[in-house]
Amino acid sequence: MVIFEHSKTGRAATAQMPQDSVKIDLPARFLRESDVGLPELSEMQVVRHYTQLSQKNFSIDTQFYPLGSCTMKYNPRACNSLAMLPGLVDRHPLAPDKYSQGFLQIMYELQEMLMEVTGMQAVSLSPMAGAQGEFAGVAMIRAYHDTQGDAARTEILVPDAAHGTNPATAIMCGYKVREIPTDDQGDVDMTALREAVGPQTAGIMLTNPSTLGVFERKVAEIAGIIHEAGGLLYYDGANLNAILGKVKPGDMGFDVIHMNLHKTFSTPHGGGGPGSGAIGVSGRLLPFRPIPVVEKTGERYHWLTEKELPQSIGRLSAFAGNAGVLLRAYVYMRMLGREGMHRVADFATLNANYLMKRLEQAGFELAFPERRATHEFIVTLKKQAKDYGVTAKDFAKRLLDFNFHAPTTYFPLLVPECLLIEPTETESKEELDGFVEAMICILSEAGNDPEKVTGAPWTQPNRRFDEVKAARELDLKWTSGE
Amino acid sequence: MSDIPSELRYTQSHEWVQVNDDDVITVGITDHAQELLGDLVFIELPSVGDEVAAEDACVVVESVKAASDVYAPVAGEVVAVNTELDDAPELVNTDPYGEGWLFKLRVADTSAVESLLDADAYGDEVHE
Repeated sequence: MVIFEHSKTGRAATAQMPQDSVKIDLPARFLRESDVGLPELSEMQVVRHYTQLSQKNFSIDTQFYPLGSCTMKYNPRACNSLAMLPGLVDRHPLAPDKYSQGFLQIMYELQEMLMEVTGMQAVSLSPMAGAQGEFAGVAMIRAYHDTQGDAARTEILVPDAAHGTNPATAIMCGYKVREIPTDDQGDVDMTALREAVGPQTAGIMLTNPSTLGVFERKVAEIAGIIHEAGGLLYYDGANLNAILGKVKPGDMGFDVIHMNLHKTFSTPHGGGGPGSGAIGVSGRLLPFRPIPVVEKTGERYHWLTEKELPQSIGRLSAFAGNAGVLLRAYVYMRMLGREGMHRVADFATLNANYLMKRLEQAGFELAFPERRATHEFIVTLKKQAKDYGVTAKDFAKRLLDFNFHAPTTYFPLLVPECLLIEPTETESKEELDGFVEAMICILSEAGNDPEKVTGAPWTQPNRRFDEVKAARELDLKWTSGE
Repeated sequence: MSDIPSELRYTQSHEWVQVNDDDVITVGITDHAQELLGDLVFIELPSVGDEVAAEDACVVVESVKAASDVYAPVAGEVVAVNTELDDAPELVNTDPYGEGWLFKLRVADTSAVESLLDADAYGDEVHE
């Protein structure tokens, strides 16, 4: 039921109404004559409506959520409350540097910490989301080749185990995409890579660990091949959670990295934002960083702009990125410290590997049984789909009845009927064991009582939605039934 | 078991090709491909007049599970697209070799089609 359906003419939340005495200083021709059409309810009704809606949600605050850092890992409350300090929230983005030294110091130290953890030479915080960080990264690669007068480089290589956004980014920056296949162990197919590389190669976009949940073991060799051919290496930071404090993309030979600060560094973003796609660069791309960036001269912090970085690819946002997300990332990193950063990767990978081994022992088929998982791993249910007609989607829906959110389904596309499971670092062993028990139970149901799985969920506020109808007959507008 | 009509030619990327009389070929995706994709919800077709090279991605088919490219099996000029699919993408699921065709190409040389897979060879690809 939408809130409009609760509306009764004349009802109001008096405390929230504007005063009649407020003088509206606008010419009469700009004032609307018709009613605004807002629902009319009491304050109590509004509170109940939205509280009840929120209780229908599956959320990380209430349930295990193995979509992982890709969508929503646990974001400590302190990151939020400290980012909301009045001195930070009330600062005007155009306030002069001399009145913003505290804020600028935080941004500067955040840049420094991100450089340390990624091994890059400089960081720019201004991209507003992962997609914009990717765009900035490839735009810098383009600017680099343009500056060299090298117009022959028209192709970006993208392994098929990369994120789907990578080819889209390359196209946005005017490149052709050449896909590189993956071998049966989940690594980049080196023979295909060698054949694809040439004077037309502008660079490669690599996610490491890849979307297959394995670490790209030949990354140093790949870097050698690409650099030798005159191309650059782009690192998609979507899976940074697995390697925090353990290995640095800069040491792997990457020239540019984007980091999803909202994923790895503590901003709730499951509803689609806000994000932050900060980028880090190697020495080659230093002059092209998006502006503004913070510099420290003596004891004074100040912005670098077009004047100091004339070769910059430019500004990607009106001010300096999503300050709120950047502040949360800063608090998170300061709370973790160097030791804590290691522990994030330790426990993210330990939890994933524990879950993987237990599910394998319980009879689930792993996509890469020979490989150690990174922070996530893939189970394929193709046998269950074939034998019992019970698909990955059915497993996902049935998990809801056991009070677990589903893992990612049907991604990556390379693995049929797959579940991509990422428990993250904050889950206890008891929680992981509970998830395994539920999966064992569903596996047994799939064989003995498949309708129980294919008809799920049974216990939720809504039964199974018709996803096909929703996509084919997209109807996002509510109109009153009158 | 998916349906593989013997009179058509096929690609490893799951397109089917029918040679018409006048140097025009019809292209669609196979029954096996639509089974893998599941219910289609959106299809992005090329424009009539587009010149495509062999293996160019020229159609996007989108299901609830995934979006996939469809490739031109041979080089040619797009002379027709199946606009029915704008409102009824499910035709590809219900009738992949008939009403669910995607586009037609005028090709310089229909013999290029001869080098594509025949039904038996495609059947081996699918079932291996």
